[in-house]
Amino acid sequence: MQATEGVPVLDARGIVKVFGQHTALGGVDFDLRAGEVHALLGENGAGKSTLIKILTGAYQPDGGTVLLDGAPVSFRDPLQAQGYGIGTVYQEVNLLPNRSVAENLFLGRQPTRFGLVRRREIESRARTLLADYGLEIDVRAELSEYSVAVQQIVAIARAVELSGKVLVLDEPTASLDRNEVQRLFDVVRNLKARGLGIIFITHFLDQVFELSDRVTILRNGRKIATQPLAGLSTADVVRMMLGKDVSLDHHVTGIADAARGATRVTFRDLGRTGSVAPITLSVHEGEVVGVAGLLGSGRTEVARLMFGVDAADSGEILVDGAPVTIRNPAQAVAAGFGFCPEDRKIDGIFGDLSVRENIIIALQAKLGWFRALNREDQVELAGRYAEALDIRAANHDMPVKLLSGGNQQKVILARWLALDPNFLILDEPTRGIDVGAHAEIVRTINRLREEGLALFVISSELDEVVAYSNRVVVMRDREMVAELTGAAVAPDSIVQAIAGVPAVEVAQ
Amino acid sequence: MTRPTVELRPAHEPPGHRHRPWAEALLRPQFLALAAVLLVNWLLFPGFFTITWQDGRLFGSLIDVLNRGAPVAILAIGMTAVIATKGVDLSVGAVMAIAGAVAASMVVAGWPAGLAVLAALAVGLVCGLWNGVLVTVLQIQPIIATLVLMVAGRGLAQLVTEGSIVTFSDPLLIFIGTGSVLGLPTPVVIALSLMLCATLLVRRTALGLLIEAVGVNRSAARFAGIRASALLLLVYAFAGLCAAIAGLIVTGDIRGADANNAGLWLELDAILAVVIGGTSLLGGRFSIPMSVVGAMIIQAMNTGILISGFSPEFNLVVKSGVIIVILVLQSPMAASILQKRRIKGGRA
Repeated sequence: MQATEGVPVLDARGIVKVFGQHTALGGVDFDLRAGEVHALLGENGAGKSTLIKILTGAYQPDGGTVLLDGAPVSFRDPLQAQGYGIGTVYQEVNLLPNRSVAENLFLGRQPTRFGLVRRREIESRARTLLADYGLEIDVRAELSEYSVAVQQIVAIARAVELSGKVLVLDEPTASLDRNEVQRLFDVVRNLKARGLGIIFITHFLDQVFELSDRVTILRNGRKIATQPLAGLSTADVVRMMLGKDVSLDHHVTGIADAARGATRVTFRDLGRTGSVAPITLSVHEGEVVGVAGLLGSGRTEVARLMFGVDAADSGEILVDGAPVTIRNPAQAVAAGFGFCPEDRKIDGIFGDLSVRENIIIALQAKLGWFRALNREDQVELAGRYAEALDIRAANHDMPVKLLSGGNQQKVILARWLALDPNFLILDEPTRGIDVGAHAEIVRTINRLREEGLALFVISSELDEVVAYSNRVVVMRDREMVAELTGAAVAPDSIVQAIAGVPAVEVAQ
Repeated sequence: MTRPTVELRPAHEPPGHRHRPWAEALLRPQFLALAAVLLVNWLLFPGFFTITWQDGRLFGSLIDVLNRGAPVAILAIGMTAVIATKGVDLSVGAVMAIAGAVAASMVVAGWPAGLAVLAALAVGLVCGLWNGVLVTVLQIQPIIATLVLMVAGRGLAQLVTEGSIVTFSDPLLIFIGTGSVLGLPTPVVIALSLMLCATLLVRRTALGLLIEAVGVNRSAARFAGIRASALLLLVYAFAGLCAAIAGLIVTGDIRGADANNAGLWLELDAILAVVIGGTSLLGGRFSIPMSVVGAMIIQAMNTGILISGFSPEFNLVVKSGVIIVILVLQSPMAASILQKRRIKGGRA
């Protein structure tokens, strides 16, 4: 696969996008040549979707320029971007399932005569169009009668018809099976040969290598690299995606096994069909088990099973040696578990409630309806944990939504610490918070470990995982593929385990 | 992450410091609106504030506002909890009719009145639980789930009364509708006691906070270990119970159960009362006493139009005008305009 040299069809320079205090993109360059498939990679929050939304007109950049065929452009909305030749196909097919395939292809620009839609012409044109994509289907049938793969190809055909210069494929293969993926790839290769520039977003690295010519990797709103894939290995790509961002004051030596205490929780063959393959794992007092893996590897799903957010369909859970039933979060809380979820805003914060109420809410839920914490207790608890975690709020009666991301994260952490938990699950505790708060949360995790808490911490930043983990569990394709201990708790061996390099077996 | 967060400057007042909460509360827009409506009533009818003592009870237009407003106030008390969980209960008017029909039919059939009242309350509770099950177990959106009983409920009530208006002369039911306690009409006493009990219940226990948490963010509530389903069952059952109480009052008032008209459209007045009281339809923070104030504002308007000699049809038009004004005042647009003004004023 050779990338065509020449003037880029789409060239974004120094793109900046700021949301409130959070810089989503800090001066990112991206160029797309005609006739290439350019993969865009990055973890959650890296800025992928923000960049795509700017390139397709859904967001306006706060800085930088976008050049199309060498001329600067700015898009008011996605419709205008489409007019300029930039089409997008999302994972969720954005068409009308209850209309025919032909209607979907020509919706909004049906050929008419005397104001009436010319059905026959639409159908014959639809047939010719889809033949180019190797689809011989009944274009009069409803779109929903066809598989997602076919719908996906129809969506691509429509986008190419409307736009025809640049095609953005946002996670197009997430709900396709192996054969369907191949079929879709054939279509994409065809379009590439026709000279379209194609931006390909996915979290399946093997598909990136199979289909793409070049790759651009984003991390924390910055471009890490744009390179031809030819000279790269999977491990190189993973390293760039998860690499070092923040200098943390820690010793990357791995924390001695001796420091840990008795077994706290044991998960035996815990799994859920279609979500995570059965996992067996114990976490000890005073131990942090780190979880590494790419987005979609099943790392969050494991945490959800442990906490009963999703009900497991196999396996058992033991706390201090005794079996417990955890089918919902309330039972997990009763068993002494705590969980700081990945998406703070959706699953964590009660935005309109006060800082104080956000801190005491889990304890109050555990106490029940009628044993209310009185105001003095609430003030005391909130004050104690706000001080311990250095939560900066003007007062504890203000709505928590007015705090910064880092302080909100600490409020959720305080909520669980107020319960004096046995076992704490943190899913991406440092996502989307500023550098100072970041290092502080890492220090807090280490402090909790020293105080004897058992922790299970998911992170996509390897240096961070290494900074606090006694052991590291590596997830890939919804399976636990490695458990690294001792000297193997190092960024390089984690990268290799994620990439699936055989050297992992040795490290184990 | 798309919303800007504010600077963490120290608040204007030191935390914990509260000055004269009563004075502050009385300056809320709801109290100002109530005062304005009462003032207009007084201008239209100078004897509006006159209260007399006659036959061992109080009489006067003001007492009449309280008395006539009691059923909606009682509905609003139950509706407040439901709306605080981001739900709504459209069936309360129909449940009023069912409860009235059950009580009237039972006393006519010769059952003791006490038992008839208890049965009516139990039926209201069951209706509320039915709504709660639809919302929690079957996960139907509240507006649709309660629409089922809103429509079916009147049919049920008609089945109970066998299509006719069941009249009675039972003293207990009549006392509930038109009697007096310590000089005040029974409905007013019932509404005030219910308001007091419900407010104490939600504020002295953790129920209020947990209901608000579920309303603000159901998903986060689940992650925090709150059993939201049990809470939702409770609030819908409570709304059903309140509806049954209101149903007994209107039935006792007219000494008969009218399955077609008892409580007709009152669910809308109850929702309006809650919204006027400042509880957002998006769930979260709620105040039961303020909802009762909302019900009083609505009733004061109704009474004012009646005594002013306009035909009752005007009532609906005036009411809708007031609703629009209140909704505009509560909209985010108005809030941002007011905030800008306040900042400007603060700098000037």
